[in-house]
Amino acid sequence: MTDTSIQAPGAGSIPGRVTEAKVNTARRKTPRINGSAVVMGLYLLFLLLPIYWLLNMSLKTNTEILGSFSLWPRDLTLANYVKILTDESWYIGYVNSLIYVVMNTVISLAVALPAAYAFSRYSFMGDKHLFFWLLTNRMAPPAVFALPFFQLYSSIGLFDTHIAVALAHCLFNVPLAVWILEGFMRGVPKEIDETAYLDGYSFPRFFIKIFTPLIASGIGVAAFFCFMFSWVELLLSRTLTTVDAKPIAAIMTRTQGAAGIDWGVLAAAGVLTIVPGALVIYFVRNYIAKGFALGRV
Amino acid sequence: MNKTVNQKAWFLVLPVLLLVAFSAVIPLMTVVNYSVQDTFGNNQFFWAGLEWFEQMLASERMWDALWRQLTFSAIILAIEVPLGIFVALNMPKRGFWASFCLVLMSLPLLIPWNVVGTIWQIFGRVDIGLLGYTLDKLGISYNYTQDLLAAWVTVIVMDVWHWTSLVALLAYAGLQSIPDAYYQAAKIDQASRWAVFRYIELPKMAGVLMIAILLRFMDSFMIYTEPFVVTGGGPGNATTFLSIDLVKMALGQFDLGPAAAFSIMYFLVILLISWVFYTVMTNLDKRDGV
Repeated sequence: MTDTSIQAPGAGSIPGRVTEAKVNTARRKTPRINGSAVVMGLYLLFLLLPIYWLLNMSLKTNTEILGSFSLWPRDLTLANYVKILTDESWYIGYVNSLIYVVMNTVISLAVALPAAYAFSRYSFMGDKHLFFWLLTNRMAPPAVFALPFFQLYSSIGLFDTHIAVALAHCLFNVPLAVWILEGFMRGVPKEIDETAYLDGYSFPRFFIKIFTPLIASGIGVAAFFCFMFSWVELLLSRTLTTVDAKPIAAIMTRTQGAAGIDWGVLAAAGVLTIVPGALVIYFVRNYIAKGFALGRV
Repeated sequence: MNKTVNQKAWFLVLPVLLLVAFSAVIPLMTVVNYSVQDTFGNNQFFWAGLEWFEQMLASERMWDALWRQLTFSAIILAIEVPLGIFVALNMPKRGFWASFCLVLMSLPLLIPWNVVGTIWQIFGRVDIGLLGYTLDKLGISYNYTQDLLAAWVTVIVMDVWHWTSLVALLAYAGLQSIPDAYYQAAKIDQASRWAVFRYIELPKMAGVLMIAILLRFMDSFMIYTEPFVVTGGGPGNATTFLSIDLVKMALGQFDLGPAAAFSIMYFLVILLISWVFYTVMTNLDKRDGV
């Protein structure tokens, strides 16, 4: 015991000489690592169980869902998915959602890129106030805007169009994109801009040829978050559409209101809305925190 | 970073300004308009002054909704923040398992909010949901459409399920920025696990955690879709939070005046919190800039 405490520093790590201290830490360490694994295992189980249940239900027939209780589908069926993918009143919802989401992402990025560059490189009159004002729009409750948007877009004849929803979602996505892109752009040294200007690049050419590739990952992350926040939003998209541009989310809630609920189809529709996020999540895994924290982590 | 003063930068910001002004300022002006006017229909409006504001401030309905909202936000923060930190501390630091955990943990964050509602609506049902069925078999009476407590528990567990990962991911990002040397120094000093957490990890996470808390507060403060899908604000008005109440008032009953006055007060609260958020962010930027 006393022997180990007066060892030279690092002696414990000399290979082949397992000292008492080393044995002790090793013994103490093993349960701790397992402890972390258990905690993570339980947490992930908690996260995945409800999603698994939805998947499970989507693969069952309605008779099986209501008739018996089973942890996995006994009578595996893809009929629910087939119904959604062949019935136009269902799959048109996905098409509508995708159209306005993509429109929104493109518009948001197009206006946010130059603005984020301006915020990250220059100071100008009122820049801080403007930046703050953008933030307040990201934080604004959609419920406050639902009614005015309804009236605004009705009065200019855009009600029930994809562009109306895309523009409405710009309310929170443009500020989000500006903040995220600004966070990425401030990481690019200013010397690059100055060198390019000295080399005779004009601003648009510099921006497209040199600067954009440098912040490509930032643009990807911003695009992902614009896509995501527009995809998950229901209140505004439901308020601004009735028939022609009705998003999948609204079609799902309508089905829920009916007397006899088609649980299998509802579950399958739910699973299909998770797919776009699940597909790209791997590529942005290291930026999720950064994106949610508006580019500041 | 030193920024050059350049007023021409305004031209780069102009598109954003116009677009956001179109989708924020015009609607807000409409709201302000309604909040000070009254109508007998036929689009004839007359000046009502601060009548609606007084009426709303005196109405029990709004105070109840606000009170429920604050209780809800407080409870989910009290659960999500410690749980998020705890999960972050237990996450693998690098390698395959780190990516694995990141991907799976992010999954609930990317699910459309109404589907989150649908998932829990199904999951909690006594006849077809795993949770409801299990609780029922255990002899616990649980019915989130009838029972007040069950409705609240469902809505809170749902929010914890949905958003704890966000706190965890932010805390994790904060932990990743701590150099190994700090831990080695702590080891040499034979610091206890608690001391390492209290004097190394927590201070280093403080900024990020502040962002997480503010984000969660803001987003929970305007929560609409998830509880709306699960409970529809019920049983009774038990889970009618501010946004649900506002939408009911504005789009359901078309009580434009009161709804507008309500909106403006709601917005002012958000503005205040946004300002706190902004201050935290800029302080964080300054600290990182040094």
